[in-house]
Amino acid sequence: MKMLVQLFVAFFKIGLFTFGGGLAMLPLLQGIMVEDKGWMTEEEMVDCVAVSQSMPGVIAVNAATYIGNSKKGVVGALAATIGVILPSFVIIILAVLFLGVIGDNQYINGAFTGIKAASCALILYAAWKLGKQVLRAKMDFAIAFIAFILIIALDVTALWVIIMGAVAGICLRGYRSKKLNRPKTPSTQEEKEKEDKAI
Amino acid sequence: MSHLYIFLMFARIGIFSFGGGYAMLPLIFQSVQDFGVMSAEEFSNLVALSQVTPGAVAVNAATYVGFNYAGFWGALSATIGVALPSFMLIMIVSKFLEKFRESRIVDGVFLGIRPATVGLIAAGAIFIAETSLVNNPPFSMELINHFTQYVNLLPCGIFVCTIILVGKCKISPIKLLIMMGIVGAILCG
Repeated sequence: MKMLVQLFVAFFKIGLFTFGGGLAMLPLLQGIMVEDKGWMTEEEMVDCVAVSQSMPGVIAVNAATYIGNSKKGVVGALAATIGVILPSFVIIILAVLFLGVIGDNQYINGAFTGIKAASCALILYAAWKLGKQVLRAKMDFAIAFIAFILIIALDVTALWVIIMGAVAGICLRGYRSKKLNRPKTPSTQEEKEKEDKAI
Repeated sequence: MSHLYIFLMFARIGIFSFGGGYAMLPLIFQSVQDFGVMSAEEFSNLVALSQVTPGAVAVNAATYVGFNYAGFWGALSATIGVALPSFMLIMIVSKFLEKFRESRIVDGVFLGIRPATVGLIAAGAIFIAETSLVNNPPFSMELINHFTQYVNLLPCGIFVCTIILVGKCKISPIKLLIMMGIVGAILCG
């Protein structure tokens, strides 16, 4: 129960302070889930981003469901999802009721210039922190670089980049286990299985 | 009946849109046009409001459309509609991944998508930089000659301060976003 409340509160905070959706929530997610609470490792955070970016629908809900489920199953997923949605829901209704049309307010625009610039810096910092944990072999850097170039220069969507990454990973995994098997061919089936597990 | 209608409309959007947030807006616009729920002018107001309010852009838009169309219960139907496909799909994918976590294929998949995702996140930061830090995104030789005309100095200053504050001083992202919002309102406003 305590965990459910914590999940709800954490995602409520994230929903309340994320502007622009999608990747803008990553620094907050990482700050709370990985650094403050220690609920996830950097690798798990990256997995969460990969899954939530490549699935259809609302990315914030995808991430909340993924993390909530990994912590506390369906109920956890529900607590996290309601948490991340609730601020939006309440604020929009209040805005429609009391503000009507949002005019061209220079202070609001100024605040958003500041938030956007800060958000950009925070996402870059998150990429660097996650990268430090995730990119180990030369091959990892190559895949990350290719993914980056594909998106920046060729406008490839996140889904395709992740599918290509998955295919590259399967090939790499196959190649590595083959290379490890070659020098001493395991004589028995048992040995082979042991080695597969070790990889 | 109208609640079911708006629920299904947003469930369809939730199922068929990839890329979240801003990528979903065109599909939402199409749907509200098809169903005659909202005028183009109201939609532009929706986009403006979704951007200046916190939270997921798609949830903001769903709540707005639903509320305008059928009040509180309309807002609730639309919001549940847009979130439910995400929720169910991720539950299914998570269960699948848990079950096959030990398999070689899934292990290989993660081996590849982890680095690819780091590249994706870095690219995301560049896209935001294009709209917030510089005036003229397309790169050209002109850009080097008239450097200061293309770079927005104040946002760049905020960018550098944020990097230093988060990297060296370990200030939390939430505090930094609030701080830089206030700085922006005072200096850019």
